[in-house]
Amino acid sequence: MTATGIEISGLRHAIRGTEILAPATLTIPAGRITALIGPNGAGKSTLSRLIARIEPPPAGTVAVNGLDVATTRTGRLARELAFLGQHTTLASRLRVRELVAFGRWPHCHGRPGPEDHAAVARALDDFDLAPLAGRFLDTLSGGQAQRAHLAMAVAQQTPWLILDEPLNNLDLAHARALMAHLARLRDAGGSILVVLHDLNFAAAWADHVVAMKAGHVVAEGPPEAVLTEDRLSALYDTEIRVGTHGGRPLVLHHL
Amino acid sequence: MRPRTALVVALLLALAVALWLFQGLGPGNRPFVLGLRATKLAALALVAASVGMATVLFQTVAQNRILTPAIMGFDALYLLIQSLAVATLGTVGFAMLPAGAKFAAETLLMTAVAVALFGALLGRAAPEAIGRTILTGVVLGILFRSGATLIARMLDPNAHAVVQAASFADFGRPAAGTLGWAAAVALPAMALALALGPRLDLLALGRERAVSLGLPHRAMVLVTLALVALLTAVSTALVGPVAFFGLIVAGLAHALAPGARHRVLLLTAAALAATLLIGGQWAFERLLGLRATLSVVIEFAGGIFFLALLLKGRIR
Repeated sequence: MTATGIEISGLRHAIRGTEILAPATLTIPAGRITALIGPNGAGKSTLSRLIARIEPPPAGTVAVNGLDVATTRTGRLARELAFLGQHTTLASRLRVRELVAFGRWPHCHGRPGPEDHAAVARALDDFDLAPLAGRFLDTLSGGQAQRAHLAMAVAQQTPWLILDEPLNNLDLAHARALMAHLARLRDAGGSILVVLHDLNFAAAWADHVVAMKAGHVVAEGPPEAVLTEDRLSALYDTEIRVGTHGGRPLVLHHL
Repeated sequence: MRPRTALVVALLLALAVALWLFQGLGPGNRPFVLGLRATKLAALALVAASVGMATVLFQTVAQNRILTPAIMGFDALYLLIQSLAVATLGTVGFAMLPAGAKFAAETLLMTAVAVALFGALLGRAAPEAIGRTILTGVVLGILFRSGATLIARMLDPNAHAVVQAASFADFGRPAAGTLGWAAAVALPAMALALALGPRLDLLALGRERAVSLGLPHRAMVLVTLALVALLTAVSTALVGPVAFFGLIVAGLAHALAPGARHRVLLLTAAALAATLLIGGQWAFERLLGLRATLSVVIEFAGGIFFLALLLKGRIR
């Protein structure tokens, strides 16, 4: 399978007549970290959920590495893309290791082999979860639970990783560790689409930035082209200054 | 689930079965008495396993630990269908129907209606819409029950008596005529539920994660609901509606095997249900001489358990 990126064409979504996503046509490049940014209600989560076929098949088409998400079997897609949404509460009572092991389902269908156990152990290590592996999820803090869910998505070992606000609840050390981990995955040939609220994480780690506002894609390109004072001020309807640090934009949105 | 817990559950079940079969066995016609007892034992075990498994399955689909098929009106739906059959065919026509065909038709009709109704309700519902699901289910349950009552009122007294007899749980009643048919429906349904065990584990993670991991979520919800409908039809046909029994059993199974896989959970719930039902019925028939009814005690204990769950805030 050639990694051709995510081709989105004419994709739109409406809930009871309210347009959440205007017809969108864009390509999310393979082998890159793409950050999806924009104010609340811009349609970022909707777009990521539509790509990951969590919402029902929409108008328009989405193809992930050439696989149409509306017609490809969901089991096949689970080996092409892993998705982590914002809802991380669970109805069932699980240990951390058991949750992460579910990430291997698309490969082993409930009968894990040695490589599945190895992948789970590696994902637990990558997210500092080894000491917590035997704990029940409902005994963990929000950030620890978020890391367990991230480990599950990573254990799925798919060419594409789609994360909706993965930095939720993470402390700054683990937030940076996550972005560094995503960068390692990219260097190993992986492709990542990540919805980010903190613009500086996008500025520092992303290769490609897609900016959305009110259901429209308003800008896309490399961070230094999208994360400019004019564009960001228009995007968030508030004055935002942008400096530079280490050759990358530094967004001074808190000043 | 720890091996010791599993052993205790198995031993208790064996004890209940042994008591039921061999306690107070006089020197008289042993094969006859044993045969009689074994038939009733099979019926009770079938009902118990059906209720236990149906409840665990339904709680997994609904992503909720206090809902049961009974609370959502599955058994009321079965009674409604039966009342409709009596109303349209008349008492004689109803009684003339061959037991097997009648049971098969009722079960199929109920499964179709249940899957259509609850599939629409649960297939799309987001986790945060659980309140709506509960409310709709409870309202549907009341609707079915009222419908059955309404039809019963319009019937002549004889037909009414037929419907009435079917509307209350009676563990002493297991209808021998339908036992074979009930087993023919329930046993494959249980086998399928166990075979789907790992997929049920995935389903329990919620729609978003299940889809992301490649589970055909909608199909899985419909299959599970169909299994719930089949199993509920079996237990209702054999002993009538039991509102809270499933809740006790599923709650106990979850407590004894925290975080267990569905295969273990389903078997635990079935074993616990069989132990409670066989042991309870033994106590009421042989020790208390039928001076009280097991269903009343079970409903009473189940009601208290339900309130305890509510008060502990386990509405998830």
